[in-house]
Amino acid sequence: MVKDPKDTRVVIGMSGGVDSSVAALLLKEQGYDVVGIFMKNWDDTDENGVCTATEDFEDVIRVCNQLDIPYYAVNFEKQYWDKVFRYFLDEYKAGRTPNPDVMCNKEIKFKAFLDHAISLGADYLATGHYAQVSEIDGVYEMLRGKDNNKDQTYFLNQLSQDVLAKVIFPLGHLEKKKVREIAREHDLATAAKKDSTGICFIGERNFKEFLSEYLPAQPGEMQTLDGEVKGRHDGLMYYTLGQRQGLGIGGAGEPWFVVGKNLEDNILYVGQGFHHDALYSEALIATQINWISRKAPNGEMECTAKFRYRQDDSPVTVQVLDDDKVKVIFHESQRAITPGQAVVFYDGEVCLGGATIDEVLKEDQALTYVG
Amino acid sequence: MKEIYLDHAATTPVHPQVIESMVPVYQEVFGNPSSVHQFGRKARRILDDARRTVARSIGANEKEIIFTSSGTEADNMALIGTARANKEKGNHVITTSIEHHATLHAAEQLEKEGFQVTYLQPDESGLISVKEFQEKLTDDTIVVSVIAVNNETGVIQPIEKIGKMLENHPAYFHTDAVQAYGALELEVEELKVDMLTVSGHKINGPKGIGFLYAKEGTVIQTLHFGGEQERKRRPGTENLPAVIGLQTAVELMVEERESRVETYKQYKSLFLDTLLEEQVTFSINGDPERMVATIVNLSFPGMNVETLLTNFDLAGIAASSGSACTAGSVEPSHVLSAMYGASDERTVNSIRFSFGMANSQENVIEAARKISQVIRRLQAI
Repeated sequence: MVKDPKDTRVVIGMSGGVDSSVAALLLKEQGYDVVGIFMKNWDDTDENGVCTATEDFEDVIRVCNQLDIPYYAVNFEKQYWDKVFRYFLDEYKAGRTPNPDVMCNKEIKFKAFLDHAISLGADYLATGHYAQVSEIDGVYEMLRGKDNNKDQTYFLNQLSQDVLAKVIFPLGHLEKKKVREIAREHDLATAAKKDSTGICFIGERNFKEFLSEYLPAQPGEMQTLDGEVKGRHDGLMYYTLGQRQGLGIGGAGEPWFVVGKNLEDNILYVGQGFHHDALYSEALIATQINWISRKAPNGEMECTAKFRYRQDDSPVTVQVLDDDKVKVIFHESQRAITPGQAVVFYDGEVCLGGATIDEVLKEDQALTYVG
Repeated sequence: MKEIYLDHAATTPVHPQVIESMVPVYQEVFGNPSSVHQFGRKARRILDDARRTVARSIGANEKEIIFTSSGTEADNMALIGTARANKEKGNHVITTSIEHHATLHAAEQLEKEGFQVTYLQPDESGLISVKEFQEKLTDDTIVVSVIAVNNETGVIQPIEKIGKMLENHPAYFHTDAVQAYGALELEVEELKVDMLTVSGHKINGPKGIGFLYAKEGTVIQTLHFGGEQERKRRPGTENLPAVIGLQTAVELMVEERESRVETYKQYKSLFLDTLLEEQVTFSINGDPERMVATIVNLSFPGMNVETLLTNFDLAGIAASSGSACTAGSVEPSHVLSAMYGASDERTVNSIRFSFGMANSQENVIEAARKISQVIRRLQAI
């Protein structure tokens, strides 16, 4: 039975940004019973008592009043700390590069928050993500957002059928430019608000400083893979594979890049040149797999993949090793594949699912130096 | 959807007669009470008349009434103003951990200024211990401030007993009577307080007006600087329409207090009885025997404040958790934390319901039924 929009309650997660503001507007225009909710996941009150969450909530209030929809807030600080932030720290401790946005979507926005929405009698949960959902014979597919540059399916790769059945992405079919335009046309309070950048709990702060508040930094040696000492590093967790900035190695020739980490001996491996051979790999092993349609491919599958956000797709062959392990073979070798990050699979516009990168392979051997 | 207001402890609807009394002030008495011409005198005359009314309502002398912009301002003056003015007499302030933030944050400010502040803890019934007070009182104590009726639980505190203990002690005794004023008969002589705070909008009066009773001889340093209004204790041109609105609200309240209290008591028991009939599991926070008629704070085991309040509002029921919000999200109540300990479940599953002019027998019963529906639905998820 399909309910009338006015009898259909849609709870929308509102961040105080332009995207969720316009998403709420579109739902309201479609006649839904829209309820705006602000999630407070992190206490960032500074020494002057200023807290960006308070500022953002003020924007939520202003937009919701413009749209004449009720607004509330919900506090997930504890869940966020337990499910996202602990994971974030643990991954850094393990020498990997975590993706807290993927985890936040999986554990908070589309789990704790979805539960909250349902407890408020919601029929659907909406967010301002750039992604699309389509249903075919009771099976839900997640498609890329129409704006290829903003497509956020990479971060949503862990969503399940049960979740997609309850989700609306009102911006999925829109270009970001159009979203800004709609906001301006309706004179929304957030029309000119800058997009937030970076990881939500770090905000505009210095990443290194932030991390050092939670994890003790252990400075050590910077070496080439041949063991030549090139200087000192400030702590392995501050560096990401393929990174150029902040190494401070001078001298002649091409610039230097991070090519690996040795957690055991606390060594940061560096190499010269953007295309340094050590940065390239041919395959990866990934775990924590989510197949969005619930069906794992039989044996082997050809598709495309992204290894990081906003990267072009690359053709790959996926071999299913077991229930929770795949091998992903690249048709062309890839630069700076990073353990801890997500690998996300696509068939044309359809996002098939994703997994967490565990190992990086070359000539079928795990590259031990990538951490 | 019919909306039902159960949050009279937050603010109350303005009584129609209050509004009626304010309109002519706006229309006809625009003069400045400090002016030396007839316009000023006309304003001054009704200002003084209002002052007499509110003074009489607590058995005070009109010279002892300082009109303020709010209960918060009056609390601030009582704590900060007297502590600063009397710091050569001592450095110690006693208050409680169940004060309104207007007092608590003023006390924290005093700590920053170098005063030593003792916060008395309540027991599980929500009551401050007179014995603990006696133990904490020293020769160095200059200000004592205890809330008369706690705004979250409605528990009446032993003001008179504390007042009696301070009879032969030089410390000033202040009580925040914002919730008490409409619910209890208050006489400053009986309570033995030196200062007492009242707010207009909690008794069906206008917002933006309150007063501090300060017993003759109380030395208070002003927090604002300007003209010589309010006997030099609170500068700024008087908010005359609001003062007159407050006067009307006070007159009505004094006249009707007994019958109002009876009515609200009935609402409260109808509300609780309906919840029981609907087989909702709850417990009352604080000692029901020591509670005002207007407030009841209920704990719903297994529930969560934010989910409850949001659901209630979506169902048209306005209630509150009684405590502060940051970025819109509800923090655990500091009052319930003080009563039960910070990790107790009741600090995050309790809701304050408060009754008043916007209620009727029918609508409190209807509210209780809707609340029961919400809770049953949540239990089924």
